Amino acid sequence: MTALTHLQRLEAESIHIMREVVSEVEKPVMLYSIGKDSSVMLHLARKAFYPAVPPFPLLHVDTTWKFRDMYAMRTRMADEMGMELLVHANPEAQAQGINPFTHGSALHTDIWKTQGLIQALDKYGFDAAFGGARRDEEKSRAKERIFSFRSAQHRWDPKNQRPELWRLYNTRKHKGESIRVFPISNWTELDVWQYIHLEKIPIVPLYFSQLRPVVLREGGLIMVDDDRMPLRAGEVPMLKMVRFRTLGCYPLTAAIESEADTLTAIIQEMLLTTTSERQGRVIDHDSAGSMEKKKQEGYF
Amino acid sequence: MSHVSSLIAQDIGQYLEAHRHKSLLRFITCGSVDDGKSTLIGRLLYESKMIFEDQLAALERDSKKVGTRGDEIDYALLLDGLQAEREQGITIDVAYRFFSTDRRKFIVADTPGHEQYTRNMVTGASTADLAIILIDARKGVLTQTRRHSYLVSLLGIRRVVLAINKMDLVDYAPEVFARIEADYRAFAARIGLTDIVCIPISAVHGDNIIEPRGNTPWYQGPMLMEHLETVPVDDDLQARPFRLPVQWVNRPNSDFRGFAGTIVSGVVKPGDSIKVLPSGRESRVLRIVTADGDLKEAVANQSVTLTLADEIDISRGDVLAAADDPVPVADQFEATVVWMSEAPMLRGRNYLLKIGTKTVTATIAPLKYKVNVNTLEHLAADRLELNDIGVCELELDQVIAFEPYAVNRDLGGFILIDRMTDHTVGAGQLNFALRRSQNIHWQSVDIHKQARAASKGQRPCVLWFTGLSGSGKSTIANLVEKKLHALGKHTYLLDGDNVRHGLNKDLGFTAEDRVENIRRIAEVAALMADAGLIVLTAFISPFRSERRMARALLPEGEFIEVFVDTPLAVAEARDTKGLYKKARRGELKNFTGIDSPYEAPSAPEIVVGDADGDPDKSALRIVAELRRRGILSAS
Repeated sequence: MTALTHLQRLEAESIHIMREVVSEVEKPVMLYSIGKDSSVMLHLARKAFYPAVPPFPLLHVDTTWKFRDMYAMRTRMADEMGMELLVHANPEAQAQGINPFTHGSALHTDIWKTQGLIQALDKYGFDAAFGGARRDEEKSRAKERIFSFRSAQHRWDPKNQRPELWRLYNTRKHKGESIRVFPISNWTELDVWQYIHLEKIPIVPLYFSQLRPVVLREGGLIMVDDDRMPLRAGEVPMLKMVRFRTLGCYPLTAAIESEADTLTAIIQEMLLTTTSERQGRVIDHDSAGSMEKKKQEGYF
Repeated sequence: MSHVSSLIAQDIGQYLEAHRHKSLLRFITCGSVDDGKSTLIGRLLYESKMIFEDQLAALERDSKKVGTRGDEIDYALLLDGLQAEREQGITIDVAYRFFSTDRRKFIVADTPGHEQYTRNMVTGASTADLAIILIDARKGVLTQTRRHSYLVSLLGIRRVVLAINKMDLVDYAPEVFARIEADYRAFAARIGLTDIVCIPISAVHGDNIIEPRGNTPWYQGPMLMEHLETVPVDDDLQARPFRLPVQWVNRPNSDFRGFAGTIVSGVVKPGDSIKVLPSGRESRVLRIVTADGDLKEAVANQSVTLTLADEIDISRGDVLAAADDPVPVADQFEATVVWMSEAPMLRGRNYLLKIGTKTVTATIAPLKYKVNVNTLEHLAADRLELNDIGVCELELDQVIAFEPYAVNRDLGGFILIDRMTDHTVGAGQLNFALRRSQNIHWQSVDIHKQARAASKGQRPCVLWFTGLSGSGKSTIANLVEKKLHALGKHTYLLDGDNVRHGLNKDLGFTAEDRVENIRRIAEVAALMADAGLIVLTAFISPFRSERRMARALLPEGEFIEVFVDTPLAVAEARDTKGLYKKARRGELKNFTGIDSPYEAPSAPEIVVGDADGDPDKSALRIVAELRRRGILSAS
């Protein structure tokens, strides 16, 4: 008897979910956020459809405020995978020059990400979008289904979720409705890192520690990634050995001081650390249940 | 955080190597808030050090604010995810939690315990390898314990942990534990549960979760965590014959044709003979293709892609099985159904049934009984309400490959989907296949259909016109009937006017009523065909499933689907009854073509429409086709 490991079981489940979507919906897309979870999801997609190229495009909902290293990675991965890459940056946000410095994190996130995602899905008419969210990230995610339905207005109704039994997913929906599908729902942060390690999956260098220019702002180390970042009085960028546990818009993502510059060192640090990964993200701290509220409004 | 083993700090490489080989256990916890279920799961997370400092800080803050344990940590708060639930103080859905130890990764389905949440518990139990059933030591085996155990047994979970909680509140008395254990084992044996481990615990204080803590020196069994870490998983799936429901056909180019799917039981190797069900064709496995290179062997629960030695027709929904031990096929079953919708399950209605990777139409035949989940009594019933469990017969519109649920969850477990709302309204399991001849006894009659038709100098059939409102169905059908009548043929035209005002006047335009409307028309048309008539029906009949159902009522060749293929724009411009305008204004809901879909026939016998030039030409073509099919002469 061949005993499957937990990662083999998780991998098989994710592949099953992706194939089910491709078999049953009309126009799927994979949301690619360039982070480690997206990298794992993309790797799983390659496995699910090999030797075919995954039969859907990648969509990056851009905010124009990502780290430069992330943009480099985005181009590289789309090339290597041979998949079409669609980039959508909310034109209204661009016109209004929405940025986290003058408009604050809540508005910035809503306009660029929530509204941007809705625009992109409507523009291309995608009826299913893969996302790399995991149930262990946050409490309201723990109850979200793997196939999560959105009304024509892209709203999530947590009280009216479909039961998911066995390996059976009901993908039927009315015209205008869409599904967000989370193939790595049952993975934990440790599973993701272990899998990256085992499968040698390329990730953005920002996860590895190196000397980077940062300023200390509201208790977090914020990297000065380009010259759009206005320095406040008294702030002088300093070079520190830092890395990121989670990646988003650079002004909203705090770095941690670390010496971990290899994958095993990162995993070691993660296992020994005592704060959860979302703490590096500013958006969760806005108010209690904030993620749940954002999701009801259409945030991924 | 987790595994505060010094190995992490000292030799991370070795640690990761060890953790590669961890296995996975999925389990469900059954019990109500009062039994301390959430506290137990919170405790398991806490003890496995899966709680980060920031989460702990939030937990301490929340415990003081809304907790039920005074200043102590309320572990239950870790689990109650949704805000509304947090405020109501109850868990109302299924939440999935994760923790891992050095040996295993665990996925916990946390579901509510009250009777009104039976559907949630069934959902959580469907993927579980093991169930923890919680009992409050002060209360013993209760009605709800019996209900949870019945559901666990129904869903095929063989391994049960009876966690007798709140032992601290009965002074850790061994006789209390022994009495509850004996009560429970006596009951469990009746419902077929035999693999039971009973553990006395205190979720609040942590007794016998990881360590004994000295309060139960009389207990010699395993600690809860130890048991969860060592209980065997998946041990028999691989020993069973090979089965793989085809999920997706991989055709990147003309040289490669692979069949992708998850193996649901057994083992497969290149060279193995396989049989495709329901077609019955055979071939051999050529390669097991993965992105990491071809495999020499693949086992249950792996998702793979197979190529075969022969080019045979295989599509999604087919099952590949060991040639020497294939799966049966059938289209009528006895099934156990758990109803999950506010709208009741009614006999005679049809639903989509998804099983494995196949979706078919199922009609609910007579309900045999429903089960009182508290007493396990069988009650007579003609419908199932939300959270009811019943046993009924199912008739499918085509044969499927299956195995009884007790043999294979993936080939015997199904969901039922309402066509109108698209919601999952029920879940069930196939118990066994029925043989129609054994179950339905027709009254035999001496004057049969052929005799009746022959006396009319024709062969009976049903001309089923389908198309959008305003497409010209009634106009063409009317012309066809006139021409047939002129030829001396015996006909009858069923349309909205003569059906809605009489036979179906009790029906409105709700989803159920529309289904019932078409069902009655189909049945009447079939009876009229039995009487030897050429029957014409002119209804939008937008859904393939209803048309399929009508087709299934008649012998091969007697159902002739006539698709009046008028584009929406043309029908809407015509708008003879002004209905499209109303629908566009939002005054008519669920109007076909506007806010309700029209599913065009995939293989109609006849297509007519604007291309013919005018309705009379369409009618002439139909009559010609009937003549060609031999309908207009006696057989």
